Amino acid sequence: MSEHQTNPKAESALYLRTLLSLLVLTGVTVGASYIHFGSSAANVVVALTIATIKATLVALFFMHLLHDKPVNGLIAASGFLFLGLFLMFTLIDFDSRDGLQPTNLKPLMTAPAPGTAPAPGAAPAAKKE
Amino acid sequence: MSTSTVDVNPHDHGGHGDHPSDPHFQHHFTTLEQQFDTTKIGMWIFLATEVLLFGGLFVGFGMMQARYPEMFKEAHEHLQRPLGALNTVVLLFSSWTMVMGVLSARTNQKKKTVVFLIVTILCACIFLGVKYFEYSHKFEEGLLPGHYYHHIGDRIPVVNGANGYATFFSFYFMMTGLHGIHILVGIGLLAWIAFRANKGEFNSDYYTPVDLVGLYWHLVDLIWIYLFPLYYLIS
Amino acid sequence: MAQALTHTAPQIGDRPRPAKNYLNETTGIWSWMTTVDHKRIGIMYLVAVSSAFFLGGILALLVRLTLLTPSHKLFGKVLIDADTYNRVFTLHGAIMVFLFIIPSIPGSLANFVLPLMLGAKDVAFPRLNLASFYLWCLGAVTAVASMVFGAVDTGWTFYTPYSTTTQNAVGLMTMAVFILGFSSIFTGLNFIATVHKLRAPGMGFFDMPLFVWGTYATAIIQVLATPVLGITMVLLALERIFNIGIFDPKIGGDPVLFQHFFWFYSHPAVYIMILPGMAIISEIIPTFSRKTIFGYRAIAYSSVALALLGFLVWGHHMFVAGQSQLATVIFSALTFLVAIPSGVKLFNWLATMYKGNISLETPMLYAISFLLLFAIGGLTGIFLGALSTDVHLTDTYFVVAHFHYVMMGGTVIAFIGGVHYWWPKMTGRMYSEKWGRIGCALVFVGFNMTFLTQFFLGSRGMPRRYYNYLDQYQPLHAFSTFGSWVLGLGLFITAAYLLASLRKPADAPDNPWGGTTMEWETVSPPITHNFEGQPVLEHEPYDYRPRVKKHA
Repeated sequence: MSEHQTNPKAESALYLRTLLSLLVLTGVTVGASYIHFGSSAANVVVALTIATIKATLVALFFMHLLHDKPVNGLIAASGFLFLGLFLMFTLIDFDSRDGLQPTNLKPLMTAPAPGTAPAPGAAPAAKKE
Repeated sequence: MSTSTVDVNPHDHGGHGDHPSDPHFQHHFTTLEQQFDTTKIGMWIFLATEVLLFGGLFVGFGMMQARYPEMFKEAHEHLQRPLGALNTVVLLFSSWTMVMGVLSARTNQKKKTVVFLIVTILCACIFLGVKYFEYSHKFEEGLLPGHYYHHIGDRIPVVNGANGYATFFSFYFMMTGLHGIHILVGIGLLAWIAFRANKGEFNSDYYTPVDLVGLYWHLVDLIWIYLFPLYYLIS
Repeated sequence: MAQALTHTAPQIGDRPRPAKNYLNETTGIWSWMTTVDHKRIGIMYLVAVSSAFFLGGILALLVRLTLLTPSHKLFGKVLIDADTYNRVFTLHGAIMVFLFIIPSIPGSLANFVLPLMLGAKDVAFPRLNLASFYLWCLGAVTAVASMVFGAVDTGWTFYTPYSTTTQNAVGLMTMAVFILGFSSIFTGLNFIATVHKLRAPGMGFFDMPLFVWGTYATAIIQVLATPVLGITMVLLALERIFNIGIFDPKIGGDPVLFQHFFWFYSHPAVYIMILPGMAIISEIIPTFSRKTIFGYRAIAYSSVALALLGFLVWGHHMFVAGQSQLATVIFSALTFLVAIPSGVKLFNWLATMYKGNISLETPMLYAISFLLLFAIGGLTGIFLGALSTDVHLTDTYFVVAHFHYVMMGGTVIAFIGGVHYWWPKMTGRMYSEKWGRIGCALVFVGFNMTFLTQFFLGSRGMPRRYYNYLDQYQPLHAFSTFGSWVLGLGLFITAAYLLASLRKPADAPDNPWGGTTMEWETVSPPITHNFEGQPVLEHEPYDYRPRVKKHA
């Protein structure tokens, strides 16, 4: 095979260093979860960033992408890229709708007493236009 | 016509002379190296499809998190952070033993290969064991998916049937469940190649199955790397 | 790479026809059921998808028959009631989309021709290829089971909340779609690996035939989009079983979220449908114009561009569904962008024909039909992509007409053209050219009668999926139904003469059309391992300088 003509001892050491980095980063992310970075969204961003660093280490070293043929890395990246597109556009829709709450979370209009019709002008609790 | 052929003998594969007699060589390929590279590309494509499959669940979870921010935040409290962290460490360690197994197979170290693969399987079993404890706890507390949810003591009242807690645990079970199924399949694959490694099938010229199962296993680890913070560390 | 060629290899036609080819080398049904030969798998797929097309077509004729009159009566009796009608059009859509059109060209023609065009012995993963086919079969059985045990009536799009609450066999149909999705994924995976690694010596990416480029672009979409369909079906099924609360608004879910999930796959899916069709056209037009393709790289790049851009526009199916205004505007703008690669191709094909030496055999007749019909389909897509017109045209027959023009007038026409083009290679027989032209004429006329009419129906307000309609629409509906009979006749005739040709002895020439791509270098039908020895590429594709003799 053409890959990995480097000596196995160096490779072993590399894998061990990668594992240790991953374990350290795990500790970091657990620790970071106890710190409040402003909003909860910020906490999510921090957590996902650390996760991405860990994922990159796994991909580059454990999955050998660093020294592999570029097409494999391209394939891997495409998977994440298109997932990102799905998430991004769907979020754009969700975030820019008029109010995130669906109407069924607003209290129901109270039913009229039997025998009386609701007043003609009686609208349900003010709806946003 | 406009093409010529390289040779006439159908048994000599284009003069490259590379392992036509290797029992693992498939004859629509020209060389063993081409076969290895091709199967690797195939495996990476499969992994990309897995990323998108799981990714769909992540997107769904993200949208539901946006919909029920307070309920989801509270639901997170039921997840046991130490167990999640333990499982993360176990899986990372198993990724290391896996890649060491691949290295051992590639460097003709049969015994080490088998040992590393078996340790990987053990780690996977520990992971599933921890998961079993977690799931039992959820069942006891009534923290079940969808209309089976019957936990008492939630702080936010459920209005008009929109139970964010139930939705949270639906996603919890779907995502950890699908991940768990992948771990089970992984155990099967690892056992299979450990068995083959023990028979001496792998060497520096042919270790493809170990490499490919390794890639699969690292993906399983990758998915957990994202699952862990999203479920266990947000509060 | 365009050098004059000298060669000492024997000419086509000098070569004695081998006694054994891929069809007769091994016999018996078991040899077919366990084959890993891409050519045999391609033939099995061809039979399979044609059967699905037939079933979907019967359902279509039933839809059109029901709409012949507003009272739905035929000879005084109501043909089918409203609930049954919903099932009929749902199944027509689901079968045509999932069982026919998506697997059609990749599974049958690409499977057969792609390795030959690359000078390879087979695809990268022959056993996976067979597995894809068997998954198709399993999906087909599951889909038919869903028809028998309740029959889905949600429309092929399974929109929630109806699909999450109806009692009908949504579960079985979602399972069928899930299985068919994996069939598609494995096919795409196989083709990408094949194109990357199994090209003949001397064949770089830009020496490949454009059919390969189109198939490659299709495979990218199959691999990246279909998993999301898979997870959508899982979520839909779990919503039904567990009420997880993701899609059903009664329990806090968001039905528009379902549409995001569904269309993230289903929009790229339409490019899975059209790209192979375009790929076939890119082969037929240069061959029958006896002229090199105009703008090879433009067509190659636009195939990949279409695949990638196709992922950015899915929201244009949701303009009036409750999507935010911002997202709607973004998706509309991107939709205009995605039209560009298709336009590039259309002009390149026309430029190829210009000053070419055109011969109008049946494959070329279908290719020219494609140019016209796809142009109409594509342009009307732009009308629908523009927000102000879409608000009026959405969910009307205008949409129905648009997608039939691109899917049927585009892909199916190209598919039939491709079947004719490669028929002598696959079967070793020539079909009757006279009947080919009759069939094409009937299909073309019938198709336009059926579907051009529906543009008018839609722009005048006739909604889609409606069982009832106002009397004023009846003349147009009736005309459309008559058209469906002409179309059905044309397709039936086509199937008949193609099958009839199989009764003749297998003595078609190796290269009846004078094609320059590698599949024409080997005998018709090919030997099991495709070529004697490893072919090496020595000229660019579509090189029509005098050297190639067309054999009558």
